[in-house]
Amino acid sequence: MAIDIEKANAKVVERFMEARPVATTLAKAIEVVPGFHENMLLHAGPPVTWERMSGPMKGAMIGALIFEGKAKSAEEAEKMLSGGKIEFSPNHEHMCTGPMAGVISPSMLVYEIENKTHGIKCFSNLNEGRGKVLRMGAYSQDVLDKLSWMETTLGPTVKAALEAMDGIDIRAILSKAMHMGDDGHNRLDAASVLWTTQLAPWIAKTAKNTDTAFEVIKFLGENALSILNPVMAGCKTMTAAGHNVEGSTIVTIMARNGTDWGIKVSGLGNQWFTAQSPIVKSLYFPGFTEADACRDIGDSVITETAGIGGFAMANSPALVTFIGGVPKDAINTTLDMYEITYAEHKQFTIPLLDFRGTPTGVDIRKVVEKQITPRVNTGVAHKDPGVGQVGAGVASAPMSLFEDALVAFAEKYNI
Amino acid sequence: MAIIKTEIRRGVYIDSAKLMKLQRSLADFDGILDTGVIMGTDSNKELLSHIGLTSPEILASKPDELVIALKADDEKSAEFALSKVDELLAARKGNNDQDYQPRSLETAAGMLPDANWVIVSVAGRYAAGVTREALRLGKHVHLFSDNVSIEEEIELKKQARELGLLVMGPDCGTAMIGGMGLAFANKIRLGPIGIVAAAGTGLQQVACRIHQLGSGITSGIGTGGKDLSEKVGAITFLMALEVLARDPDTKVIVLTSKPPSPKVAEEVLKKARKAGKPVVINFIARPVTTLRDGNLFFATGLDDAARLAVELANNPPQIGSDIDVDLKIFKPEQKYLRGLFSGGTLAYEAQYILAGYLPKVWANSPLNKENKMENSLVSQEHSIIDLGEDEFTVGRLHPMMDNELRIRRLYEEAKDPEVAVIMLDVVIGYGSHPNPASEIAPAIKKVLDDTKKANRHLEIVCVVTGTDEDPQDFNEQVKLLKEAGAWVDPSNEVVVRRIGRILRALAERDSEDTAAIGKPVDLESLKKPMQAINVGLESFSENLKDQNAPYVQVDWKPPAGGNEKLAGILERMKNL
Repeated sequence: MAIDIEKANAKVVERFMEARPVATTLAKAIEVVPGFHENMLLHAGPPVTWERMSGPMKGAMIGALIFEGKAKSAEEAEKMLSGGKIEFSPNHEHMCTGPMAGVISPSMLVYEIENKTHGIKCFSNLNEGRGKVLRMGAYSQDVLDKLSWMETTLGPTVKAALEAMDGIDIRAILSKAMHMGDDGHNRLDAASVLWTTQLAPWIAKTAKNTDTAFEVIKFLGENALSILNPVMAGCKTMTAAGHNVEGSTIVTIMARNGTDWGIKVSGLGNQWFTAQSPIVKSLYFPGFTEADACRDIGDSVITETAGIGGFAMANSPALVTFIGGVPKDAINTTLDMYEITYAEHKQFTIPLLDFRGTPTGVDIRKVVEKQITPRVNTGVAHKDPGVGQVGAGVASAPMSLFEDALVAFAEKYNI
Repeated sequence: MAIIKTEIRRGVYIDSAKLMKLQRSLADFDGILDTGVIMGTDSNKELLSHIGLTSPEILASKPDELVIALKADDEKSAEFALSKVDELLAARKGNNDQDYQPRSLETAAGMLPDANWVIVSVAGRYAAGVTREALRLGKHVHLFSDNVSIEEEIELKKQARELGLLVMGPDCGTAMIGGMGLAFANKIRLGPIGIVAAAGTGLQQVACRIHQLGSGITSGIGTGGKDLSEKVGAITFLMALEVLARDPDTKVIVLTSKPPSPKVAEEVLKKARKAGKPVVINFIARPVTTLRDGNLFFATGLDDAARLAVELANNPPQIGSDIDVDLKIFKPEQKYLRGLFSGGTLAYEAQYILAGYLPKVWANSPLNKENKMENSLVSQEHSIIDLGEDEFTVGRLHPMMDNELRIRRLYEEAKDPEVAVIMLDVVIGYGSHPNPASEIAPAIKKVLDDTKKANRHLEIVCVVTGTDEDPQDFNEQVKLLKEAGAWVDPSNEVVVRRIGRILRALAERDSEDTAAIGKPVDLESLKKPMQAINVGLESFSENLKDQNAPYVQVDWKPPAGGNEKLAGILERMKNL
């Protein structure tokens, strides 16, 4: 097959950049997520078996079954999960994304994010805030109580507001937040405030009472990651628009499950390329060390795939404290990412670099040639279920993913 | 007891200068007795074993692996030194204020878009790839690296020629462009002399002598020592010569080379003759047979070349056309010489001198037996016939006494439509024919009349050897021959060089119109202030910095970390 890699790649990144994700509403996952069913749990990263599953993901699965009312106790849940009764499937196979363990169960509410340019819909669960949370594998009663509150109060209130205001343009918020100190992944303080500011008047207007409005706005405003999940689904709608273009070497999915890293490449269809997930180079919360860390986990690296996050580090020099670096390191991280990407983003720019667009569209050719892999800003979960977040830092994707993909590309296209 | 400690690192590439620096720095730590920091090639491993630094790990290391071997007083000293390796490798010279070292040439070109040069000094096996990339980006390349195969050199240079770009190298140590030195170079003042050199230290020697003699250079363009080999065919050399010929600031050009292929050297001289300005030639080991040939000045050595160039720049010589006849009067098929000699030595000298002008001259009595005529009675292409040879004098008087045979041969040669020039020697004095011109001149006149009728021009030239006190009277002989239409001179060398120039011009007449190969080098790109991208030895960046030239140092690594399979795929993808 005669292919024109440059043309294919240009098309892919063009689609990434033209995509305009808008958060339109929320719905029960089982009702809107394609290919979902009652006995399925979705999770972050590439496919994984119960045996190989990381601690936090196991914890989140247990919590999800209890939340669904399918199991009464952790033991019961574990038995079901290890007994083959429940099907596990990656979020990415269902147009979903979820941070950290990323577990989505059928009755959970999910954001519906629609790429208005290409008509693609993606989904993500609701963010629980920091601390002990399901996405880090915690499933104690307080965690489950918060999930219930999210399903009964937070979700319906935000849904009503979003519908009343006719949606929120995620791309517009991100463009602005890029100039307000956010990287769009690990630091979303500005974007979360913008999100809350836009929602607040409509929540005030549509909430069933002022107490609810107060609770919800307070929760959204206090959570610096309120917008993380809609942002991830938004990024997913961008990269999904560029997937399956024949002859393209651009990466359209990167994701980790705490055991493996996985990528998909636009011109290589639905094949996952996987390798062991690395330990994150991290600053740990007091009392924790690297020995406590779960391997890199979560779908949030979809942000880097779309051209923000670690790639936009130059906009977020505050983040270098996580790695004990200096602001110049943030700039150099972004400059390094230009070496492995195909384009500079039209919507997301970096004032410090003369408003250059962020490095966009990881090109497996460049990654392999220069032996530089994508850099990710990320949180770190405890390796045991139920403990929660222990730090934050940066990780680099394993090189072999891209080398394997390059070899597969050469085979597929007879190069 | 001393211990040996080794660390092997895979998939890293560090240039050799940095390795040596690391080696020296490690040796400075307390308790370190000896160090070896090498890439694991067989020859490197052998070097280490010679100084007693060997271990099973070292022996098992591969060429793309970095081997750090230490001999130390104790384990602790060795471990301490090894713990410092990363720090030492990361340490850059303090005065390098480049904020960000790009990882690729492409990014560097984006950072310094006006950079017109790329200096490449990475390991030989990667140098061609980097050079290709630089050419793709439209940059001239100073290819310092050695161990680039001749096949790759040819391919790179051909590609560069298509793009009008110079590839100086491989294995090119020196270049000085617009007053800036690249790699090994001297601070030479700007001046009127341009140098092209397939000789690194040759370039330095000539340039320095020019400077010492009070003059200066426009550019010193290195080409790499193999450029004048038969295989490479002087691709870069000719491009450099051509651009300097076009440069109004370059008044004199110096060409110097390590021993060139004789054939290629002639090709270069052919182009140099068309430079339109004085060109000083010093090709090592090429015999100097004349000091001047038109605009070409032949030097006896590097120093002589510098001296000549300065002298010519100070006192520009008259450079006119090197021939005094209009080539248009000859028919296209006319191109050959027939020399009809009575004197053996004169015939030999003619052959010797003409070798500098013509590819092959046949003779019945040749200097070199490969040039022997098949049949002395039948001329072929350029032929010089000594009619005083025994084969012609059996039962007949020597042609110095009897003109009959020569005149008959003259009539015969004149009928050949491919003949352009006929040369005759007339030797007078005691013992010779009492008045040779009285017989030869009418024959010349007849021949010229006949050819004129046949609508073509024949050039007849004569050397007359004799004096005004000879019985035949030299002046009278010359007068008769001139009146008949011959061009006459008393010097055999003068006559032969003149016909050499005419015949050479006739031979080149056809090639003059053929379109030049490739694209000419943009003169402006050599005149613009130097800005360069350096890939490899960081000290070359330091040089640029010291000369206040904008530069970007690339933090270069082998493509795909040296993995040949992957690098192969990447290269093929580029050529899809």
